[in-house]
Amino acid sequence: MLLNEFLLLGAALFAIGVYGVLVRRNGVMVLMSIELILNAVNINLIAFGALHHTVVGQVFALFVITIAAAEVGVGLAIVLMLYRNRSSIDLDQIDAMRG
Amino acid sequence: MILHWVWLMPAIMATSFVVILLLGKRMPKKGAEVGIAAVGLCFVIALLSAGSWITRVNDASGGHTVKEQVATAEEHGASEEAAAAEVEEAHPPVQPVVTERNWFESGGVKFTIGTLVDGLSVMMFIVVTIISLLVHIYSTDYVRGDRRYTHYFAFLSLFTASMLMLVMSLNTVQFITSWELVGLCSFVLIGHWFEEKPNSDAALKAFIMNRVGDVGLLVGMITLFWAADSFDILKINTLANSGGIDHLVLLVAACCLTAAVMSKSGQFVLHTWLPDAMAGPTPVSALIHAATMVVAGIFMVARLYSVFFHGLSIGSGNTNLLAVIGGVTVIGGAGLAFVQNDIKKVLAYSTVSQLGYMVMALGVGAWTAALFHLFTHAFFKAGLFLGSGSVAHSVHSFDMKEDMGGLKRFMPKTFWTFAICTVALIGIPPLAGFWSKDEILAGGHELGVHNVYETFMIVGIIGALMTAAYMTRCVYLTFFGEPRGAAADPHHHPHESGPLIVVPLYILAGLAIVTGLANFPWGPDGINLRFEYFVQPVGDYFPTLGVITFNPYVAVFSTLAGATGILLAYLYWFRGAFHGATSRNKAARAGYTVLLNKYYFDHLYTDIIVGDIKGPIARASYWFNQNVIDAVVNGVGVGSREAANFLYGTVDQGIVDGAVNGSGFGAEGTGQLLRRLQSGKVQQYGALLFGGAVILAGILVFTL
Amino acid sequence: MILGATMVAQHITFGIIAAIVIVGALRVVTTNNVVHAALWLVAVLSGVGGSFILLGAEFVGVTQILIYVGAIVVLFLFGIMLTRAPIGREVNLTGSSWPMGLVVAIPIAGVLAYTLIDAFGTDHIGNDTRQLTAQVSDTLFQNYLIPFEVVSVLLLAALIGAIVLARKE
Repeated sequence: MLLNEFLLLGAALFAIGVYGVLVRRNGVMVLMSIELILNAVNINLIAFGALHHTVVGQVFALFVITIAAAEVGVGLAIVLMLYRNRSSIDLDQIDAMRG
Repeated sequence: MILHWVWLMPAIMATSFVVILLLGKRMPKKGAEVGIAAVGLCFVIALLSAGSWITRVNDASGGHTVKEQVATAEEHGASEEAAAAEVEEAHPPVQPVVTERNWFESGGVKFTIGTLVDGLSVMMFIVVTIISLLVHIYSTDYVRGDRRYTHYFAFLSLFTASMLMLVMSLNTVQFITSWELVGLCSFVLIGHWFEEKPNSDAALKAFIMNRVGDVGLLVGMITLFWAADSFDILKINTLANSGGIDHLVLLVAACCLTAAVMSKSGQFVLHTWLPDAMAGPTPVSALIHAATMVVAGIFMVARLYSVFFHGLSIGSGNTNLLAVIGGVTVIGGAGLAFVQNDIKKVLAYSTVSQLGYMVMALGVGAWTAALFHLFTHAFFKAGLFLGSGSVAHSVHSFDMKEDMGGLKRFMPKTFWTFAICTVALIGIPPLAGFWSKDEILAGGHELGVHNVYETFMIVGIIGALMTAAYMTRCVYLTFFGEPRGAAADPHHHPHESGPLIVVPLYILAGLAIVTGLANFPWGPDGINLRFEYFVQPVGDYFPTLGVITFNPYVAVFSTLAGATGILLAYLYWFRGAFHGATSRNKAARAGYTVLLNKYYFDHLYTDIIVGDIKGPIARASYWFNQNVIDAVVNGVGVGSREAANFLYGTVDQGIVDGAVNGSGFGAEGTGQLLRRLQSGKVQQYGALLFGGAVILAGILVFTL
Repeated sequence: MILGATMVAQHITFGIIAAIVIVGALRVVTTNNVVHAALWLVAVLSGVGGSFILLGAEFVGVTQILIYVGAIVVLFLFGIMLTRAPIGREVNLTGSSWPMGLVVAIPIAGVLAYTLIDAFGTDHIGNDTRQLTAQVSDTLFQNYLIPFEVVSVLLLAALIGAIVLARKE
């Protein structure tokens, strides 16, 4: 197998994830897109690990999965809080940082 | 051998913590019975380990009993004292009992976990378990009906577990861990009634002040780790003792660790959390101040004594950091104890002052004296705290001036135990405090080269006088005179506390009487100086210390100082009280005018006489306490203001302003343009971020 | 011969997986139905898990399925439920700024693709890429023990943080 098959898959996934983060209006959807980005990273880690015949890539992929779980937990809690305070999770309406 | 199994104690207590936390609410006694059973079991283990240690020390004499050695020494025609000295010399090294397991290994560094048991640890086991047991029993009555009763007992268990873990730590990692656990538990227990703001503030203050010292602890321990290439306390001590670690490194480590001692053991200037910590339930105060938290600092110095001894050059007779801090604390703490109206605060400042004695003793090289004082102090101070709790339980207040007085009549048992503990604290022979305090003073007198530590002996004697005076005042205000405030409430007569409170007081008062004999300086060998014989380590991990002998002059002098203190305080408060009391009785009969006059007189008395005699000292130390840091800060502030004025006048106005104005106008123009980008929409910002990143990445990729 | 067959099989499998992942990912970021997006996410995550197994990382592959598909997607569904996002067809889940997203995402894909082809154009992964779970655990618990402990503390902190954030006052 070519290494690049996997890396390009990861790159595509990453770009799609970035697109999702930038355009989705729903907070939960943004979190999902972040998951896509993290998965892209994992593919890279595993692919390089396989290339170099080391398990370190897998170990770090496991760490990324763990941290992704933590991130989703906290992220969803934030979204819930947002919903509770504003009864909406439409990111277009959240512009408290307007200059 | 039991000494290999001491780890059971913290394990039992930790289990008890978990069990109480999870199941306590459903138990008939709400979890208290688990805590008491666990700590009782630990007490038994502690006693067994003490017995085992005593056997071990005796066996190490190579089958010779001490008496035989003395006999041989005497046969050689030596005098009694020389014989004792020779026994001291002949005291063979007793290796501590080490139980070690690998915990984990990372990056080539091995982390072990285990227990280190020697005389010092065994002594601490006894102190911690006995006080903790009594506090547990006492608490079942004292906090009865509290809404977080179960939670309270759970944390008492964890507190005991951490402290036991601390005193048996084999390496510094373990030590720091349990040190922090002790801090955490104190935080939880001080803030037990956190619904009231002052209580949660006090808990935070205790925690944060301790963090300050913990920085020192971490830096010191890391320094030692790099110097000795090991976390092992014995190895660090041995290396420090044999000169394997550079003196400068030891000095740095000792100074850093001293910061930790200052915060944990309430030494000046980091002592301020300690009186505030009185916000916790009284039994907790007893536990914190007598047996656990605050002695952790003393224990640390005692445990790493080689580091301090050589780092601070204690043996050479330097006037060193430890001794000075201790000396200042002795006087400062005692002075502050005069101006407190809250009975627990008097005791708190008294603890500060007594801890100062211990630090001072360690600073002059009187290791055994310091630890002996820790030992005796634990019992009578716990007795005093629990006694004050008993009083407060009855009048529902801690204010001696407002709500107490005349309680001797209502609470005779509390009074007598409190009085015994007070006398023990003051140091009147033959009670416990006399023997230990005297040993510290004798240490100041005899150790060091050319009597350099004599100053500290004088400090100690002055401290003894002040201790006597403020404790007499405290006893007077609480138990004598006429009842005031809550104590005089006709609907709620003060009453003696129940047996669960009084029995621990009896036990502690009994211990306050007898524990001093543990290091009785006379008598046939085999009976005298047992504490020193069993507790003070002998071996290459402990420095060779000077021998302190009992000095009758010092003893007489310190006793006289204590007696003078009592007498002065008696003359002042009791006589004043006599007038005051009659005044109130007359007032009751003769009417308002007389009361007013007499009250005015009392007031004058207090202001003029008290103000002139003890006021300045107390106020000075209080002032020092409150203002000295302010003054330093102000000084720095004034200095920098002057410098700033200069800069402003010449540099700023002339040169910088022009440039700033110019760039300001430029920036404003650009800002107006950029403002449109600030839509407040996070995703737009994100797009800019990613766009910028991809452009940069593109530049890097395509051009390089 | 058998080796050749294996290689062909690997390529075919990869093609299928890649198709699932790309299509799924595109649907995740374009669909207007929140629940569908979550289900497409399942497809993507499973596909990624499949690619892990293809790469010989069996343990991570299984973990991926268990944690992501089993736990995280369920979390998402809970999030959708609790925030009462309109379930069913909804027209405006993508904001009006989608061209901006394209403007950023396409260059990212371009730059990444160029770099990867430039740097790793011909690198082959060996056919036998199996790495046993035992090796992973050995490495994890020997060389990366402390990071592992730290991650567990992080999880605890996240747990507490999430509870504190989401708790009703």
